[in-house]
Amino acid sequence: MAEYKWPEESKRKYIGKRISRIDGPDKVSGRAKYTFDINRPGMLFGKVLRSPHAHAKIVSIDTSAAESMPGVKGVRIIQGPGTEIQWAMDEIAIVAAIDEGTAEDAARAIKVKYEVLPHVVNERDLAAVPAANRRPPTEQTKGDPETAFKGAEVIVEDVYGNDVITHCCLETHGVVTEWQGANNVLLHQSTQSISSVGGEMARALQLPAGSVEVKMDHIGGGFGSKFPVDRWGVEATKLSKQLGGAPIKLMLERDAELTVAGTRPSAYAKVKVGAKKDGTLVAWESESWGSGGVAGTGMPPYPYVWQFANQKTRHHSISTNNGPQRAWRAPNHPQACLVTMGALEDLAARIGMDSLDFVLKNIELTGVRANVYKDELLKAAEMIEWKKIWRPRGQGGVGSTSTLKRGLGLSLHTWGGGGHASDCDLTVHPDGSVEIKIGSQDLGTGTRTTIQIVVAESLAVPRELVKVHLGSNKYPPSGSSGGSTTIGGVSASSRRASIDALNMLLEKVAPTLGTTADKLEAVDGRIQVSGDPSKSLTWKQACAKLGTQPLTTRGKNPGRENLTSAGVGGVQMADVTVDIETGVIRMNNFVAVQDCGLIIDMKTAESQVFGAMIMGVTFALYEEKVMDNQTGRMLNPNMEFYRLAGLADIGNFKVHMMTGKGYDERGPIGLGEPPTVSPGAAIANAVANAIGVRVPTLPLTPDRVLAALARKGGQAS
Amino acid sequence: MSSSDERRDPAEKPSVSRRNFLKGTGVAGVALTIPLAPGAEARAGVPAAPVIGPEKSKITLNVNGTARSLEVEPRVTLLDALRNDLDVTGAKRVCDRATCGACSVILDGKLVYGCSVLAIEAQGRKIETVESLASNGELHPVQKAFVDNDAQQCGFCTPGFVMACKSLLDHHPEPSAEDIRMGLGGNLCRCGTYVGIKAAVAQAATELKKTRARGGRRNG
Repeated sequence: MAEYKWPEESKRKYIGKRISRIDGPDKVSGRAKYTFDINRPGMLFGKVLRSPHAHAKIVSIDTSAAESMPGVKGVRIIQGPGTEIQWAMDEIAIVAAIDEGTAEDAARAIKVKYEVLPHVVNERDLAAVPAANRRPPTEQTKGDPETAFKGAEVIVEDVYGNDVITHCCLETHGVVTEWQGANNVLLHQSTQSISSVGGEMARALQLPAGSVEVKMDHIGGGFGSKFPVDRWGVEATKLSKQLGGAPIKLMLERDAELTVAGTRPSAYAKVKVGAKKDGTLVAWESESWGSGGVAGTGMPPYPYVWQFANQKTRHHSISTNNGPQRAWRAPNHPQACLVTMGALEDLAARIGMDSLDFVLKNIELTGVRANVYKDELLKAAEMIEWKKIWRPRGQGGVGSTSTLKRGLGLSLHTWGGGGHASDCDLTVHPDGSVEIKIGSQDLGTGTRTTIQIVVAESLAVPRELVKVHLGSNKYPPSGSSGGSTTIGGVSASSRRASIDALNMLLEKVAPTLGTTADKLEAVDGRIQVSGDPSKSLTWKQACAKLGTQPLTTRGKNPGRENLTSAGVGGVQMADVTVDIETGVIRMNNFVAVQDCGLIIDMKTAESQVFGAMIMGVTFALYEEKVMDNQTGRMLNPNMEFYRLAGLADIGNFKVHMMTGKGYDERGPIGLGEPPTVSPGAAIANAVANAIGVRVPTLPLTPDRVLAALARKGGQAS
Repeated sequence: MSSSDERRDPAEKPSVSRRNFLKGTGVAGVALTIPLAPGAEARAGVPAAPVIGPEKSKITLNVNGTARSLEVEPRVTLLDALRNDLDVTGAKRVCDRATCGACSVILDGKLVYGCSVLAIEAQGRKIETVESLASNGELHPVQKAFVDNDAQQCGFCTPGFVMACKSLLDHHPEPSAEDIRMGLGGNLCRCGTYVGIKAAVAQAATELKKTRARGGRRNG
């Protein structure tokens, strides 16, 4: 029986090496087709009329003017009279027309009367939130925090948090949808879940699950916001049916993307944390609140990573009239990390300890990964020259001037990332070429590339022989790409399929080589008698023995013998300079040390960590969904004022991946979430270290930095 | 659309679509009085500018060396004309208002945001999109550098960045840090690929320098 395991380091030809992504040439040349790029014969353009009000009841809708406009093919009401709208820019009606301009004109020509209702769109100030918008608080206590605090010699009490941010996918959410006959739908959708949206769409249309075919070669960002078949997709498909099945392209406009297509909930917390003078942590207490829209939001895991013997948490879920939250890379972790690591940094400063020493002193409280964190902290400290640059809070790190204050901050994080369920079909053709079909998707994380690497490594063939097919729900189902579950799932299923296929091929060629399959091995594009290269066939000669019938195997995850596991740790350290006259923060250096088990492709793995750090600079310094209390609308639903970091904003970044013994044997573990967790905390802590005062909430915009400085007297102490 | 009989006097033909077009673009009432004044163009005593639209007009665009005919309303951007009418989809629509650079194309040798140029303005000009860079299946050194340095993740910003890098190196063959900051400051990436992009610019600059030294293609 086949044995499923990963090859030893000395035998790896591709795994763990630096390999360029295989769809790179398509992407740089404009050949890569995204959903937004799909143009179908006779295609119409869909546009959505949206509510201008954050909270309102629809009284009446008149679509007659829109319907009679030349070029307009159809209008469909999504939410009719009597419906209560709960957030601005919610969908009211959809129009399909021969071109975008006509569709926009028609959407504008729809007349809607609203009964406007009171709204709440801000929750930063808990006391100002009306009682009706608060859920009953939840409370949890472990140990005896009240008594423990009495034994604390130093206590810090402060407020920490971050505002709502959006996913801001560069490719907006959307579909190109059409009917093929009366009972089948062809759906191009920008989705993180190619294998499930078809069934979801079929349910909405009351069709059998198999009647919706879904395709997507490339996706322009998802970050957790593109799992469902959204209402706009279903409505566009229903409108297509009304129009005889004509293809309709409906991609959200930028303002809708930022307003209704997903947010990360806000998180604020009043924290009390205590320690002994020697730095020993003793107790935690927090009262937190936040909102992810009408449904409120659950409590992030406070205190994060650190396991206090005595702790108490209390959380208020706030309902607001904002577009709903969606999973945003590492849901709840960045918020919990920011609050926890911020409070610990402030406590270390109060005690007068170097925060690196403080964290190392308490490292056992991080639990099972204490040793990983310790190794990573020491590595990161060396990379950023912590001991050389760090100075006590407010003194300014090495190189500070009277107005430019340098600071260092650190943070650590964890994530699960175990492999999801994944099926794949692997075919070895008699001409020696290999294909693998898998109902997965490549979000830009390198999924295609890693699958090719695993198959080529397992069969000992050149990568160029292996063609990877994904992005269709007609391939064997594989999980959604969320929660860092993809690499574990697809690498395990493709490894099992490859090992099975190789074993079948060995059986086939064993008689030719005058031996049995168990005496054969695949090495460097050859099948040979183990240890005797003189008795061998080339891969091509071996495959020719298949005759006319290709060989196909089904690989699965989970399966016999674990090829993947869950649970990683990472550490990040930021080096910033703050101009205390302008409040502007510059990133100097930013380092990440990350563990993710066995790395399949070092190049794309590092890219993902760099990307998470850059996204982290953006949410630490710039990003905020600014809501207007008066109108209930988002004030910056565009990319001028919803700011993303640019190339010049990022400073000097370094990434170190933990590999080798203690890491590789756990198998591949996902990397999408973990490195996104720490940046906000590390950068906010660096700023506090630099200027001597905590800026309570992210983003750390210049006005907030100056306000924090003003509160402490306008001077960096 | 230069012959005078194709011009339309809005006062004679109070077109609903023109009104809506002006409303839609947010033109204030004071501006409305100018085109509505009867005979204003003739009285001005200067040659009248051709007036086209608001209906679709037939235009020809020179896209990647090929003349392409299409019919578009005057309000249609070059980006949307390329994408929707010509199926040239390398340039992407992201912010649609001159912030992110995903729609970058080169117009008469100058980098522009395709979302901020009207299709009718691009008539008679040389339009280069990302699709034109590779020749005979071989990637341009900028494209190859993006692949080698993994200067892309989801890839949606990539065509815009590739065009911006090409333009940068066309005009600054040995770019300083400041040249790079300025040249690529008009493009945004969400996945966070700037580390790779910086490395790609350096590699491409070196490669192009070697090519020039060998007497190879100029300006990449």
